[in-house]
Amino acid sequence: MALTLDSKTPEGPLADKWDKHKFDLKLVAPHNRRKFEVIVVGSGLAGAAAAASLGEAGYNVSVFTYHDSPRRAHSIAAQGGINGAKNYKNDGDSIQRLFYDTIKGGDYRSRESNVYRLAQSSVNIIDQATAQGVPFAREYGGLLDNRSFGGAQVSRTFYARGQTGQQLLLGAYQALARQIQLGTVTLYNRMDMQDVVVHDGRAVGITARDLLTGEISAHSAHAVLLATGGYGNVYFLSTNAKACNVTATWRAHKKGAAFANPCFTQIHPTCIPPADEFQSKLTLMSESLRNDGRIWVPSAMEETRAPGEIQDADRDYFLERKYPAFGNLVPRDVASRNAKIVVDEGRGVGSLKNGVYLDFADSIGRLGKETIKARYGNLFDMYERITGEDPYSVPMRIYPATHYTMGGLWVDYNLQTTVPGLFALGEANFSDHGANRLGASALMQGLADGYFVAPSTVAGYLSGLLGDAPVETSHEAFTSSLASTQDMVDQLVAIKGTKTPDHYHRELGKLVWDYCGMSRSKAGLETALSEIPALREEFWKEVKVLGSGNGFNQSLEKALRIADFMEMAELKVSDALHREESCGGHFREEHQTPEGEALRDDEDFAYVAAWEYGGPDIHKDSILNKEPLIFDNVKLSQRSYK
Amino acid sequence: MSTTLNLKLKVWRQESADDVGAFEYYDVAVADDASFLEMLDYVNEGLILDDREPIAFDHDCREGICGSCSLMIDGQAHGPQKGTATCQLFMRKFSDGDEIVVEPWRAAGFPLVKDLAVNRAAFDRIIEAGGYISVNTGAAPDANITLVPKEAADAAMDAAACIGCGACVAACPNSAGNLFTAAKLQHLNLLPQGQPERLARTEAMVEKMEEFFGSCTNHGECQEACPKEISVDFIAMMNRDYLKAKLANRKRSGQKKFG
Ligand SMILES: Cc1cc2nc3c(=O)[nH]c(=O)nc-3n(C[C@H](O)[C@H](O)[C@H](O)COP(=O)(O)OP(=O)(O)OC[C@H]3O[C@@H](n4cnc5c(N)ncnc54)[C@H](O)[C@@H]3O)c2cc1C
Ligand code: SF4
Ligand code: FES
Repeated sequence: MALTLDSKTPEGPLADKWDKHKFDLKLVAPHNRRKFEVIVVGSGLAGAAAAASLGEAGYNVSVFTYHDSPRRAHSIAAQGGINGAKNYKNDGDSIQRLFYDTIKGGDYRSRESNVYRLAQSSVNIIDQATAQGVPFAREYGGLLDNRSFGGAQVSRTFYARGQTGQQLLLGAYQALARQIQLGTVTLYNRMDMQDVVVHDGRAVGITARDLLTGEISAHSAHAVLLATGGYGNVYFLSTNAKACNVTATWRAHKKGAAFANPCFTQIHPTCIPPADEFQSKLTLMSESLRNDGRIWVPSAMEETRAPGEIQDADRDYFLERKYPAFGNLVPRDVASRNAKIVVDEGRGVGSLKNGVYLDFADSIGRLGKETIKARYGNLFDMYERITGEDPYSVPMRIYPATHYTMGGLWVDYNLQTTVPGLFALGEANFSDHGANRLGASALMQGLADGYFVAPSTVAGYLSGLLGDAPVETSHEAFTSSLASTQDMVDQLVAIKGTKTPDHYHRELGKLVWDYCGMSRSKAGLETALSEIPALREEFWKEVKVLGSGNGFNQSLEKALRIADFMEMAELKVSDALHREESCGGHFREEHQTPEGEALRDDEDFAYVAAWEYGGPDIHKDSILNKEPLIFDNVKLSQRSYK
Repeated sequence: MSTTLNLKLKVWRQESADDVGAFEYYDVAVADDASFLEMLDYVNEGLILDDREPIAFDHDCREGICGSCSLMIDGQAHGPQKGTATCQLFMRKFSDGDEIVVEPWRAAGFPLVKDLAVNRAAFDRIIEAGGYISVNTGAAPDANITLVPKEAADAAMDAAACIGCGACVAACPNSAGNLFTAAKLQHLNLLPQGQPERLARTEAMVEKMEEFFGSCTNHGECQEACPKEISVDFIAMMNRDYLKAKLANRKRSGQKKFG
């Protein structure tokens, strides 16, 4: 059954759409709000902001998180900053410019109306966070400071040292804590959502597993909001926190929510390369390092000298050579792909030959060690702590790593998925970043969705349900969901195979990284499509989960998540195979210019690929639906950084 | 180039808070460029293959920011490296042949979950008691309307850097929660936005803290153990604010308590 993808984009001029839409949405009167139950899954920026705001408005909200405290959500790790079109620097910034930069940066694969609203909301986010006490950096006069980030030509990024995500999340978490105290929000911590319960075509609740006791319980509501983050850990190694996973959105997908553009993932160029087989995650080094560091590899493959002994003539500053105008500051995807090219040629550095140098010697010579220390001291310390090498005297080694997922559940202008009553917020949806995300824009999107968009649009949905009681959890829709969830737990514990969950996660990650990472080809993707199902089958026969389903069992938690990654990975590869063009983070080797640059195909691929679950043979059974992307306000152009 | 370390681990194993725990010993050979938690991952992989249940421990970001990881390592909260959370500790800080003792946070306010994982929900309760500025969504004025002196913003940020890990409690001979509570209080109390609720917030949070944790007797172990090197000076500021809050309330006795 093909879906109808109605984006519900309001009519009228771009700048008026959101106001007009808010006016058209039905309201719920204050005294009626407490009659509605709303479930929010996730306590990151998007989830905490939404739950706090809906609680304040007077709805009965329940928040679920698998973390022990809402404050530990992955959003806490964001470093760089958050964009806001305040134009405090009087440097020509505006909502229109932030909108334009985001659409262009996304390589014209996002929806104009949503992105414009995001740019509009950015302004309110900065006000909201400041009022909450988020200690953004200040100038000596007491005004807020800004910096320019990720290649933007204006200074619109607000930041709190290198801990912007932490401070914004604490702001949202504290707003949430206030509502918990006031009794409008109930917190369910260490609770892992397992399924979305759908009845009569609407989302009516969830089932969740208590991570401490193993008990699986049913929770009923008028609306369910998923703010469960991205799926970057499908690669096993990524900059995401260890527990980030796709379970919530994938199980929702299996219950009818279309999954959009799963192949769009962002690879960040400046991470510390893995040191050995047991590496558990990759650490991001801020992009700002590229302002003063020069990226190079030896010209010769058989180079064995220490970096300091290699003369300039024997070095290849490959970004400066290929992109003289932007040099080391080319966008993330271009920098990443070029690092991969030189490493694949065998010119990588470090004992595993898996990195490129990021060298500060020239900057230290020009500006002095103290200046470099003042700019990057924390990052240099972190690097030294992890690698044991001193970046003031030896060049850093960096390599790209998975960082962010632009794909996610398909949502309309109301952030509602293809299942009525089921909404998706933050990194969990696909909505605003197209094929590539600009730096400092994910925090902005999570908070825009949570503080400003969902509270209005969810109310619009609830207004139609006034007088309806939530479906009883004794209903068959709940009991069957409970049974299938329990069944999956029982099966995993019963296998008692020969290999650990991590083993399978690592193997899956290698496949996805090799064939559906920075550079993708038809042949590679087809290889992945034959190997993933085989690995999945082996997983279900051979995985070894000790202990029982009752009680705290971290191996079981992992195994449940890996089971979903095993399926989702196949859809991601299918999507990459079907998209016969290169755009943003999706580079198909068959589609490049003679100079090796990404070649978009707007004629055939200016659409959102929204996949519908069709059955367990993911590649064959999934059904493709297309939402055409219409650009009324920007002119499509090819990016050029030469 | 990495070198291999041969280590003897002595790890606390306990099925649940209701069970009796004991140390177990494991031999491990691990590369010195592994992190401490990767070393535990590695031990766990071996245990599973050996049909023994893996060691439970909390962790997530592995970047020193989420506050999930914990561990008493050789009696020190977060191990031997100053200003470093366990997840950011690397094995090159140890030597070949070392015996390493690994235990959970031990404090009445942090009941044990399993092995090395504990329940730190008490911290959430303290924040819920008043660790916020009451401002509804959408009600905020322009962000630059209130000027905040850079020094105040910087000091607030120093306090706000707390990751809520609980090392301060674990390191304290009295299991006091003062450094954590003071860090949040002074983050908010140092800012102009935080003034209206300053005294009510202080009183509520301090009294909630006392429900879970012991009293501070100024040992200063908390600051030593803190991975973010939060200063004990914030505790002194908290104590002053608490005193003021008490006085203000006494003056108003007979009236409704504010806040
Ligand atoms: C190292 C790093 C640095 C970054 N730096 C920046 C930056 O400088 N600027 C920027 O804009 N962006 C940055 N990003 C991206 C940004 O941090 C994230 O995209 C964003 O924080 C995601 O927020 P979220 O609310 O959507 O999800 P998350 O913060 O990932 O929260 C997900 C929540 O869902 C819960 N959850 C998930 N599944 C379940 C389930 N099944 N059951 C119960 N609960 C569940 C989790 O417990 C958690 O509470 C960075 C990302 C990384 C990895
Ligand atoms: S004050 Fe320091 S030790 Fe205590 S919880 Fe905060 S970061 Fe951890
Ligand atoms: S795992 Fe997040 S702070 Fe250590």
